[in-house]
Amino acid sequence: MITMIIFGFLATVLVGAGIGVITARNPVYSAIFLVLAFVTSAVLWLLLEAEFLAIVLVLVYVGAVMVLFLFVVMMLDVNIAAAREGFTRYAPIGAIVAGIVVFELLAVIWAKQSGLPVTAPLVTNPAGHSNTREIGLALYGDYVFEFELAAFILLLAIVVAIMLTLRSRPGLRTQDVAAQVKVRREDRVRLVKVPAETEP
Amino acid sequence: MISLTHYLSLSAVLFGISVAGIFINRKNVILLLMCVELLLLAVNFNFIALSRFMGDTTGQVFVFFVLTVAAAESAIGLAILVVLFRTRRSINVQELDVLRG
Repeated sequence: MITMIIFGFLATVLVGAGIGVITARNPVYSAIFLVLAFVTSAVLWLLLEAEFLAIVLVLVYVGAVMVLFLFVVMMLDVNIAAAREGFTRYAPIGAIVAGIVVFELLAVIWAKQSGLPVTAPLVTNPAGHSNTREIGLALYGDYVFEFELAAFILLLAIVVAIMLTLRSRPGLRTQDVAAQVKVRREDRVRLVKVPAETEP
Repeated sequence: MISLTHYLSLSAVLFGISVAGIFINRKNVILLLMCVELLLLAVNFNFIALSRFMGDTTGQVFVFFVLTVAAAESAIGLAILVVLFRTRRSINVQELDVLRG
């Protein structure tokens, strides 16, 4: 019963934070509401006994991605009033489409809930069960190739993000290391044969 | 007792909210990226709930990969946004008509 109350509270906070993300006037407030949504989801995942992913969500999303978002929001001088225009115009169609999507999903979920094996109650893990060990065995065992692929995707993201935002301003007096390395002896040294002067 | 239905319903509501957000905030690219993150969170919620209720770890491994790809996507998206703002001085979606598609 107490878990049901906790679930209800967390679900309310999560839905409220989601509505806050899409309706806040300022993008900074949206980002902070999104942080609230991520933290609440992490707690809900803890309730589901998926401890590793809950901690990963807090570390990666709240710690890295949302800081990146806040950094970009504050770095770009966005005209908030211009970005907000059309809010009331698109709100009805957005609400209608979202309502249809939610209705369809809920109809399927609630219609199919009876008589399926997946609706059995949650099997609580015994004490001492390590969720991290379980995921690690799967990740480094069956899915090691996909794991390497994910690492490559992250490397790709680093290279792409740096290459996109790198800017070389013309007329800047900096060292060109590539040109320095590429230079050869013949480019710089010129041997001149000077006839020896003789005593008159 | 909390059943799978509760978790899937919560995830569906979150998904609907982020879909509405994509419609409402169609002027601001930063908010569009945030709505995509919220959408992926709702999908991850489904994966974890089903993984735990069916007793299969594969769903959680998949969430791990989704988190990786989403982090890469948001990093590249924000980099593109910074370059866009540097050249156009605006991130309004309506003014992105250089390609005339």
